[in-house]
Amino acid sequence: MNLDAIQKQMTRAVMTPLTPSEHMQRHAPGGGDMRRYASKFIKPNDRLTSFERLEIYNRQYWWRLLSSLQEDFPGLRAVLGDRKFEAMSKAYIVDCPSTSFTLRNLGAKLEGWLRKHPKWAGKQQQLALDIVRLEWADIEAFDGKAEPALQTKDLATAAGGDIQLQLQPYVRLLDCKYPVDDLLLAVRETDDDNEVASNAFSEKKKRRRIRVTAKLKPAEIFLAVHRIDDSVYFRKLAREEFAILTSLRHGKTLARAVDSGFRKSHMPAEKRAEAVQAWFQNWATLGWFCQPAQKKST
Amino acid sequence: MPASRFNGFTNYGIGIGLRQPHYDHILTRKPVCDWFEIISENFMIDGGRPLRILDQILEQYRVVQHGVSMYFGSAEKLNREHLQRLKELVRRTKTPWVSDHLCWGSVDGRYTHDLLPMPYTFEAAKITAQKVREVRDFLEVPVAVENVSSYAEFHVSEMTEWEFLNEVVERADCGILLDVNNIYVSSQNHTFNPFDYVNSIPTDRVAQIHIAGHSKYRKYILDTHDHPVIDPVWKLYERAVQRVGHTATLLEWDDSIPSFQEVHDEAMKANKFLSSSLLAKAV
Repeated sequence: MNLDAIQKQMTRAVMTPLTPSEHMQRHAPGGGDMRRYASKFIKPNDRLTSFERLEIYNRQYWWRLLSSLQEDFPGLRAVLGDRKFEAMSKAYIVDCPSTSFTLRNLGAKLEGWLRKHPKWAGKQQQLALDIVRLEWADIEAFDGKAEPALQTKDLATAAGGDIQLQLQPYVRLLDCKYPVDDLLLAVRETDDDNEVASNAFSEKKKRRRIRVTAKLKPAEIFLAVHRIDDSVYFRKLAREEFAILTSLRHGKTLARAVDSGFRKSHMPAEKRAEAVQAWFQNWATLGWFCQPAQKKST
Repeated sequence: MPASRFNGFTNYGIGIGLRQPHYDHILTRKPVCDWFEIISENFMIDGGRPLRILDQILEQYRVVQHGVSMYFGSAEKLNREHLQRLKELVRRTKTPWVSDHLCWGSVDGRYTHDLLPMPYTFEAAKITAQKVREVRDFLEVPVAVENVSSYAEFHVSEMTEWEFLNEVVERADCGILLDVNNIYVSSQNHTFNPFDYVNSIPTDRVAQIHIAGHSKYRKYILDTHDHPVIDPVWKLYERAVQRVGHTATLLEWDDSIPSFQEVHDEAMKANKFLSSSLLAKAV
């Protein structure tokens, strides 16, 4: 058996889901007995069979990847509940194994996958999708690239409506049907408390977490997930703000972006200029604008 | 090994792994530490806090990069995005050498995120050495390969683990990151004399040594990096430095991480053996 064949054979076994009691499956990938499968390429020793030696790697794989998803998506876990979250995570990892050198990217396809598999969230599908999008945006905002920011005075001197303003790559824009920002902050607060809590206290906190999720009512929100001094923040936006920023992200000129921002707006016309000025002032102060990429080389 | 082409002609002493729970202590107290080892993958990102912390550390300390997912031993091609990001980080840290493991962990672009054991065959040695060369040529810094802890062996193996390591480093003409804890763990799991391993290492290629703690289970030992170094591992370390001389040494502590001072104190125990090696050289 050559190197490629051994590695494929071992990977198939390692990536096979564990049994409910967290042992290696008795059935080998593609059928047959896993004991025989393992013994074909793994040596036993005086303490462990081939199966048991392979099982060490099988368990490590699943525990490592499941704990990574659990760490990255505490909000989704609160929405689905511990047991369903774990079952969903296993199904997701089977369908979307890691294709990156870093576990940071393990959840990159979770939103799309969850959309295709609504059975996991059931009636809470929209809430689940919103929280996953927020948690992924949080990951991307945390270590996304920051270009040199344009200052307020740079914006003031920028000429006319034809200018294209570029948003910082780390700024993520989300439109959600549920106020998942509040939910995620509540979940994190509960999880932080649990780190120093006794088991009995944890139970109480867990019940509180479930209550917080169950009570959440739909409410359309617009968010910017961004960072200040390397900490990630969720900033609620007005519908018009969101539309303008989204248009700028898509490369629209300043004038077109502002136009699109007010297309479905109920804001009185006389208040718009003042609002736009205040928003741009805020965004510039937060450092959200950077030089358009094509102008960097000049 | 003292300054050599495998460690960028440096003479580093005892370092510890840079870990998140110690960031505040390091940046506010500025403790004396000869050097820090970073996990490269934690900093192969586009921006944010990790890179800012790294830059602050780099202003005051020497940093060496250690990777966990290059997978020199995977049969598939190297991941170009990984290499490119690693090179950007090498430029940032100016690491005198980079290390990663003598293992595999990905197949058809799917990652296990584990350090899976190699079959010790000549075919595997050839493929692995070729990839080590490619990485070194691309990064333009010396590369050291680290022996891993393992829990399984393959029927197809044609040599011992240490013969395989020697075969790879000779073919690749690269350095060795000798992990004496991993040697101990594997010796217990596979029933061999760990001193046979240490005694067979080509001393001139050892760029760095790792020490660490592990966890003992009923039928095997797991490399968990969550305990102090045990005496049998210190004995292996002593033998290693007797053979290779004063060598950059790094304590790994990755789980249940105690205070910086505790980790540093544990690492500094290596001094006793390093000093003996210097004395022996002087005599």
